[in-house]
Amino acid sequence: MAKVTLVDAINMALASEMARDPDVVLIGEDIGANGGVFRATAGLQQRFGRDRVQDTPLAEGMIAGMAVGMAAQGLKVVAEIQFMGFIYPALDQIANHMARQRNRTRGRLTCPVVIRTPHGGGIHAPEHHSESLETLLCHHAGLRVLCPASPAKAYGLMLAAIRDPDPVVFLEPTRLYRLARQEVLDDGIALPLDKCHLLREGEDVTVVTWGAMTHDTMRAVEQLALEKISCEVIDLASLSPIDHDTILESVARTGRLVIVHEAARNLGLGAEIAATVAERALYELHAPIRRITGYDTVMPYFKLEHDYIPSVTRIADGIRDTVQA
Amino acid sequence: MRLKTVAEFQIAYLQRVDAGGEAAGELPAFARDDAELQKMYRLMTLCRLFDAKAINLQRTGKLGTYAPCTGHEATHVAVGAAMRPEDVLFPVYREYGTQIWRGVTLAEILIYWGGDERGTHFAGPRQDFPWCVPIGSQCPHAAGAAMAFKIRNEPRCAVAYLGDGATSQGAFYEAANLAGARALPVVFVIVNNGWAISVPVSEQTGARTLAQKAVAAGVPGIQVDGNDAVAVREVMETALARARAGEGPTVVEALTYRLSDHTTADDATRYRPAGELEAAWKLEPLTRLRALLERRGAWDETREAALKAECTKQIDEAVQAYFSHPRPACDAMFEHLFAHPPAALQEQRETARRYAQQSPGAH
Repeated sequence: MAKVTLVDAINMALASEMARDPDVVLIGEDIGANGGVFRATAGLQQRFGRDRVQDTPLAEGMIAGMAVGMAAQGLKVVAEIQFMGFIYPALDQIANHMARQRNRTRGRLTCPVVIRTPHGGGIHAPEHHSESLETLLCHHAGLRVLCPASPAKAYGLMLAAIRDPDPVVFLEPTRLYRLARQEVLDDGIALPLDKCHLLREGEDVTVVTWGAMTHDTMRAVEQLALEKISCEVIDLASLSPIDHDTILESVARTGRLVIVHEAARNLGLGAEIAATVAERALYELHAPIRRITGYDTVMPYFKLEHDYIPSVTRIADGIRDTVQA
Repeated sequence: MRLKTVAEFQIAYLQRVDAGGEAAGELPAFARDDAELQKMYRLMTLCRLFDAKAINLQRTGKLGTYAPCTGHEATHVAVGAAMRPEDVLFPVYREYGTQIWRGVTLAEILIYWGGDERGTHFAGPRQDFPWCVPIGSQCPHAAGAAMAFKIRNEPRCAVAYLGDGATSQGAFYEAANLAGARALPVVFVIVNNGWAISVPVSEQTGARTLAQKAVAAGVPGIQVDGNDAVAVREVMETALARARAGEGPTVVEALTYRLSDHTTADDATRYRPAGELEAAWKLEPLTRLRALLERRGAWDETREAALKAECTKQIDEAVQAYFSHPRPACDAMFEHLFAHPPAALQEQRETARRYAQQSPGAH
């Protein structure tokens, strides 16, 4: 079994599903001969041809819009938005058409599209290349939003996203693209949708996080373990819908909740998770819920990006304070 | 200095039948067939009468905001007549003539404007897109469908409508650009009715024509008298034949006039100059097609009266079907969000059921 990076795993999943299902078509900017700016689609145009791996003109709104038209004809479109900061022109199509197509035609026309886009900072990229905008997408009914935190999850969730008959936004943590390797079996087996994943069992506090922050959170909780603080870590993975039941079960056991995300705090998903736990499990809590997040500032250019992104120390401090409160 | 011209363009304009019903040149085959023109005239008449009825239903509180089609009937019916059933239509929200030709029912139109998404569940053209409210955003859908036809080598075409206002939207230009770059089988029909709600074309753009907006996308553009059903159908048949033969897209600008308000929520007397509407009525599309048929002895007062009675009956039946269409259950807003709905939605669905409006609600 090969040890692969997260970006390799995405490539494997795309190739596997394209080989299995002739209706799968990839569109996006620079995804053909260039194989995508992160090489997620490397080699796929050579293997599957120019009809099935298409470079598009440079217009994100149109990429999302053409995907709507292609999908209504039965193609399963995987569209790449090169960086999440460039997704704004596509939001009209995603919100007004992709997410609504099934509903507004009472199921007559559907939209099996996956929008892939890099998510988050930490790679010293130019301006507008490091955004964490999941909140903008999770607010829309009719859309699923996924964010894998490991190569194996990237593979399994990508297969699930392509096979799902509804639109899915697939956020790829840029910082994890090549950070670590993991053995991933190219077995064509999809992971379940709408589920979060337990990364570590613990007794004192539940820590919910996703994407690249899972990596920093795991390092923080390993440090805290040396201080005899036992953390349960949940990788949210499905950002919309949120698997509240699993979080609530965990909080019922630990009595404490910390949410870690890279996106800005104001109306970040942490707020939704905290509100749901407060509504349903307030009396099981031994301490106030805490959010450890990016700041309510513009995502800074790379000189300050590591001041913005919650650090291992900031995460460890926040968890420790919550447990010792 | 070496200055030379590297690109030039021309925009042609076609009219076949003038406002008086006088035909110019040898007409295309369909237009030499009385039965075919009668069929088009019948549907144009139905649209005109249906429009009046729908406006009346809105005025009496029995229909929501409605977008009328009066004045556009020639373009709408001719586009429908030029398309094949297997083609796919991407309408805006007033192209009833095309939709009815393709099998959308009058009752479906009323159900939609009555505030119920079930009106878009067309029993006829199953792949046609529903009405599109965000202006211009349907253009990329048509390009995408055309891309699917091309990938699968299917001899089918996508037809997208847009208004003069929508030609200011990036989505139109982006879609035309893609279509030009990939020679996609799509026709963009700009229905230039002079007004984007209250903004006249002269304030919408500095371009002499809207058809020339195609040129920058490497796509041929042509203008046609949008009140002349014969010319519109001829231009569309040519454009669709090109597209089907793999020769790429066309932008057609049909010049017509919005003889009504933008919607029933609009009052065009607030912004249109005096006299413009009256002048436009002299060019309206039904009169000239009827005059052409009468010149050929293929239409008369008796047939006109019979047609109107037939249309009125059909419209009344549709209105009855609309009135007797039951209000959707509140579950309907949850039912079609996903093929596999997330479990968490179930609780909200039950809350909605518990507080569901029990009254049947106004039409």
